[in-house]
Amino acid sequence: MIRAENISKSFGDQVVLEDINLTFEAGKTNLIIGRSGAGKTVLLKILVGLYPPSSGIVWYSDVNFTALDKKKVRDIRMQVGMLFQGTALFDSMTIEENVRFPMDMFTNKTAKEKLDRVNYCLERVSLKDVLKKYPSQLSGGMQKRVGIARAIVLEPKYLFCDEPNSGLDPKTSLVIDELIHDITVEKNITTIINTHDMNSVMEIGDNIALIHEGKLAWEGNKEEVLTSKNEILQSFVFASPFLQKVRDLHADE
Amino acid sequence: MKHNFIFHLGRFLTWMRQVFSKPENMRMYWKETMRQMNDIGIGSLIIVILISTFMGAVMAVQISYQLGGQLIPRYYVGYLIRDITVIELAPTITCLVLAGKVGSNMAAEIGGMRQKEHIDAMEIMGVNTPAYLVMPKIFAAICVVPMLVAVAALVSIAGAFVSSVPTGLFTAAEYVEGIRAFFEPYNVFMMFVKAVVFGFILSAISCYQGYFVTGGSIELGKASTAAVVMSNIGILIADYFIAVLLTQ
Repeated sequence: MIRAENISKSFGDQVVLEDINLTFEAGKTNLIIGRSGAGKTVLLKILVGLYPPSSGIVWYSDVNFTALDKKKVRDIRMQVGMLFQGTALFDSMTIEENVRFPMDMFTNKTAKEKLDRVNYCLERVSLKDVLKKYPSQLSGGMQKRVGIARAIVLEPKYLFCDEPNSGLDPKTSLVIDELIHDITVEKNITTIINTHDMNSVMEIGDNIALIHEGKLAWEGNKEEVLTSKNEILQSFVFASPFLQKVRDLHADE
Repeated sequence: MKHNFIFHLGRFLTWMRQVFSKPENMRMYWKETMRQMNDIGIGSLIIVILISTFMGAVMAVQISYQLGGQLIPRYYVGYLIRDITVIELAPTITCLVLAGKVGSNMAAEIGGMRQKEHIDAMEIMGVNTPAYLVMPKIFAAICVVPMLVAVAALVSIAGAFVSSVPTGLFTAAEYVEGIRAFFEPYNVFMMFVKAVVFGFILSAISCYQGYFVTGGSIELGKASTAAVVMSNIGILIADYFIAVLLTQ
């Protein structure tokens, strides 16, 4: 479980986040949604410790993550996996080396144990025969899957995903969403996804938090999205005429 | 925030503490150090040999020209070439060239990793990125740059011989006599001290410029240029202080 308590963040005079209180539960896909520039990425980076908050506390279970020194932050981070928007795979390494990297760095496993684990993780994300390829030789969707494989290779307790569907077609997006959701439930991981993809919201949104102009505007789940009267949520989720029709059909039922 | 000299100095020193902290996995650091040694050493050998050859050749021609017709023995040309090369030109010119080649490469490599979120990805894995990305480069530079400087000194002295003896500026015997005259081993020690210090300066400053790069490709280009310029300035300032300290 991760908890954000009264998180605020400013860059100079610009207030980006204001008094955010959120709880992200284990075994569930927790979505942070909002328009571009709403402060989602800043919140995610604060949660993962890449930015310090201007005020407030981030709790990892019962540990005050914000107050830890760098060494203890690194200890916690060994339990964290992250899928980046641009995948952040190391270009000069093969897929095998990319996925193996966290194990090379932090474990004393034998070469065979590492290879077995790499193969397991790649199979888990439905990738075959890519061990010796380089990231540039894979499609965007395959790179995202390698990113997930690398993120789960050390069996993390916490998984962060920054825009996992950006640049992907709807079908591949769905595959990635399902994969993240399945892994979250299977391993009881606390997963936090930063997205503005409405398919993701409706498919895997166990807990959803809407950030609007740096403030928490709404909290709920995917079922409540359709019934909520929150105007900010409605204007964000049902921005397109097509989705408005879907909402109306749902209301009729 | 105004990024003045004091800000950069403070950040550099704080960052250096992280760079020289205990490695998480010695084997990975060793592997990376070996890779860097290969990149810096083998990758720079050709340019160092090329520059040193002409450095020696030009020195031979010009010293012969300046001493020509005076009451100074001709073997002095060899003596002067040896000492100028060992004390000053081999370490300084080689390191100025390496700052351009290796330094800009280091800044671009680390800066590119910063921009592609590779550094963030490693940080989130729990990697101490200043240590893992920078320490191997600094160690590699400190080990390999003195070797390159030694090669440069040797090639420069040989270059002077090859360019001048066949053209009749002086005889082989005169040159060899000059090379062997008044030899002071302390000068070689001074050359290696300079090489180690310059190796540290060019690698640390270049990595610093790359590590803290923000923005896009224009900023990365600027960081790469700043790495070369700041390294060169640092090398020349250090050259002066080492000269003062070691020749008193």
